[in-house]
Amino acid sequence: MENAGVLRGAPDTGSYLSESSVKSWLTTTDHKRIAILYAFSITLFFFLGGVAATIIRLELFTPNGDIVSADGYNRLFTLHGIVMVWFFLVPSIPTTFGNFLLPLMIGARDVAFPKLNLLSWYLFVIAGLLTVATLLAGGVDTGWTFYTPFSSLYSNSNVLLAAAGVFVAGFSSIATGINFIATIHMLRARGMTWMRLPLFAWAMYATSLVMVLATPVLAMSLLLISVERIFGLPIFDPRAGGDPLLFQHLFWFYSHPAVYIMILPAMGVVSEIIACEARRRVFGYQFMVYAMVAIAVLGFLVWGHHMFVSGQSPYASMVFSFLSFVIAVPSAIKVFNWTGTLYRGQIRFSAPMLYALGFLGLFTIGGLTGLFLAAIPVDVHVTDTYFVVAHFHYIMVGASVSAFFGGLHFWWPKITGRLYSEKFATLAAITMFFGFNFTFFPQFIAGYLGMPRRYYHYAPEYQIWNVMSSSGAVILAAAYLAPLAYLGWSLVRGERASANPRGATGLEWSVPSPPPTENFDRPPVVTVGPYRYHPEHETHQAPDHPAHEPQRSA
Amino acid sequence: MMPVEASAFAGRVDHLFFLLIGISVVIIVLVVTLVFGFAVRYRSGSKAKRGPLPRWVKREVEIGWTAVTLFVALFLFWWASSAQVEEWTPPPNALEIHVVAKQWMWKTQHPDGVREINALHVPEGVPVKLVMTSQDVIHSFFVPALRVKQDVLPGRYTQLWFNADRVGKYHLFCAEYCGTDHSRMTGSVVVMTQGDYARWLAAQPQGDDLAAQGAKLFVSMGCSGCHSEGARVHAPSLAGIYGTLQPLSDGSFVRADEGYLRDSIMLPRRQVVAGYAPIMPSFEGIASEDQVVAVIAYLKAMPKGRNEAR
Repeated sequence: MENAGVLRGAPDTGSYLSESSVKSWLTTTDHKRIAILYAFSITLFFFLGGVAATIIRLELFTPNGDIVSADGYNRLFTLHGIVMVWFFLVPSIPTTFGNFLLPLMIGARDVAFPKLNLLSWYLFVIAGLLTVATLLAGGVDTGWTFYTPFSSLYSNSNVLLAAAGVFVAGFSSIATGINFIATIHMLRARGMTWMRLPLFAWAMYATSLVMVLATPVLAMSLLLISVERIFGLPIFDPRAGGDPLLFQHLFWFYSHPAVYIMILPAMGVVSEIIACEARRRVFGYQFMVYAMVAIAVLGFLVWGHHMFVSGQSPYASMVFSFLSFVIAVPSAIKVFNWTGTLYRGQIRFSAPMLYALGFLGLFTIGGLTGLFLAAIPVDVHVTDTYFVVAHFHYIMVGASVSAFFGGLHFWWPKITGRLYSEKFATLAAITMFFGFNFTFFPQFIAGYLGMPRRYYHYAPEYQIWNVMSSSGAVILAAAYLAPLAYLGWSLVRGERASANPRGATGLEWSVPSPPPTENFDRPPVVTVGPYRYHPEHETHQAPDHPAHEPQRSA
Repeated sequence: MMPVEASAFAGRVDHLFFLLIGISVVIIVLVVTLVFGFAVRYRSGSKAKRGPLPRWVKREVEIGWTAVTLFVALFLFWWASSAQVEEWTPPPNALEIHVVAKQWMWKTQHPDGVREINALHVPEGVPVKLVMTSQDVIHSFFVPALRVKQDVLPGRYTQLWFNADRVGKYHLFCAEYCGTDHSRMTGSVVVMTQGDYARWLAAQPQGDDLAAQGAKLFVSMGCSGCHSEGARVHAPSLAGIYGTLQPLSDGSFVRADEGYLRDSIMLPRRQVVAGYAPIMPSFEGIASEDQVVAVIAYLKAMPKGRNEAR
């Protein structure tokens, strides 16, 4: 529970944005300001990774090398992977919307450890600088996966510097994870029971658990590479009895759960948007919660499906295949429940809703192609081809980035206190959906036809699919740049937003836009569950959870 | 839109692939129809009936679709795995070809000693087993037309097998990123009729077959100095060792397969045979992967009870 004494008095001295000196920003411990710091940082990295992607797609217009050298190409896809995974996707939703909204949603004054929160941003900046230094020093060519013994013994690029960047970024993740877990356990407002938490808060909780448990393994495996590279300690070197496959086990033990670090927050965002814009309670709230927790737990047990052709035991492959099919079930539950939430709603087709519906479609395709990869004989054929590239971009970009943009538009009035142009936003959302499919769907076909990934030169018969993909990427790039313009305009000239322009439930909408530094002038008391978008007269039915008792506003 | 099927196995993989596409299409159509249907019917301000959910839409529905999803997932697992289990062990009569990968080249060697670079000629309708290792980093042997792929690791042997049934020239790709010229580490697999294969083989420059090369190396590299009947050093006889169970000094047993024989040459202290002192020197850095392959071929060809080098 929070300290009510702090909150007494007049918080209307100004919003969290009122102090504007650089020092006040760099020394802030306000979760909302830290969210803004993060938002700036990850936006820079998103466009850095995007530039790399653009050059890659331009290069692949033709089968032979045109723009960059083979080494340059290898460094570009490595940069793209490292930046997009660790400097955009993993921190994206948790550090921005999570930081900004989690305390507001649960009725807290701030996160549990505000200084740790600021520290995590500084760690992130240090990590980012190390990565930029890697780039300036000539880059790294191991792929974001750092497979041994290539990375530890053979690569002549800046492996240590790049590994150091990722290593430090990992600690930033862990700090955020610990902070969120403590915040949700300790700082929920009176009456905010676990089963009254908004699904976004649950998503943050599940994500944080995975961050805290999985990231240390990444740190350890990067450390082992460094030890082998610097001191020649033979951990992965088979010539001295080391095991190159050990690295893959360690790496995927982190990196498969990391996929869920990247998608669970998106699921939380989409749940909030769909419920609000359909004016309907989330269908099967409890199942949604259990599904997220199940995904977080099962996510730790499926890493071996990345290694079906690696030479691991076929019995192990069988077990990992089985568990990978099982993890499809909670994901499917979520898709059905989002769809069910639309039933009998009052659906508004706002920009955030379009992003959320786009998410639903792209996540479904991404999830279903995951079944292909869980089936061993099919995986053997398509692993390390463009089929896999398409699959994970459907999840990571199609789903996660769509949800990020959806959340950005959904909470933009709350965060900035301004409204944006709905017309331009709608146009951008639709362009992004079609641009995305145009870019990545052809890659499924190229992959099944056998085009391996990470190929600078490719056989001419794959060119048609690459030309389609590269053309789509142009549209996609335009759709990603558009929000910079109209959201930037909104900051300057946008209409002022009221506290709750969307008529949404949730404590974050009960405070002014932008929220005051103190968040709430009185600690809120919660008496009802989330998503009370419509009265429910279901007394004739089986007794529901207490959270669903018909009551008015929070 | 579909890649060539150059083996019966490729056809089985494609069947599974189409089954998965069929299931995916059904699910996507279901979700999209529901989303669009609801979006139109329940658009803001429409006259459609709202209010509480009908009585039948309750927990049972949720449990129902969870159960259906789980059932579909388990069915797919069963189908996919049963297709895989049949492929685990190569037939015993398979033609054994050795593959050594290095940055950025594929070297293949047929049992009679014929060598190829970035190419592999195989007869049609004969099971072919590849025994593969790498000289440096991890590579991956990938032939899309055969739907086979297997990583090739340094320091150990991995295997894959196929039975090509369609004459033609197919892509061979390296599928595991291996550095600068990864995308140039390509070649072709040429499937020929059995007659053409025999003629092709006969037309290649002839040398000793693998086992004979191994026999020479067994002497020239000094193996026979200890591992022969007249040797004064206490070292195990290697006659007929291939495929036997060997007792180790730590009390366990190991099957003397290619991987074990390779380890015994390159990392002799890892597994020491019971009753012998660990005096065998390592040939790491002395013997090349090609030479080790030849020596193992010789060991496999050695008849039981005779172990002097020919």
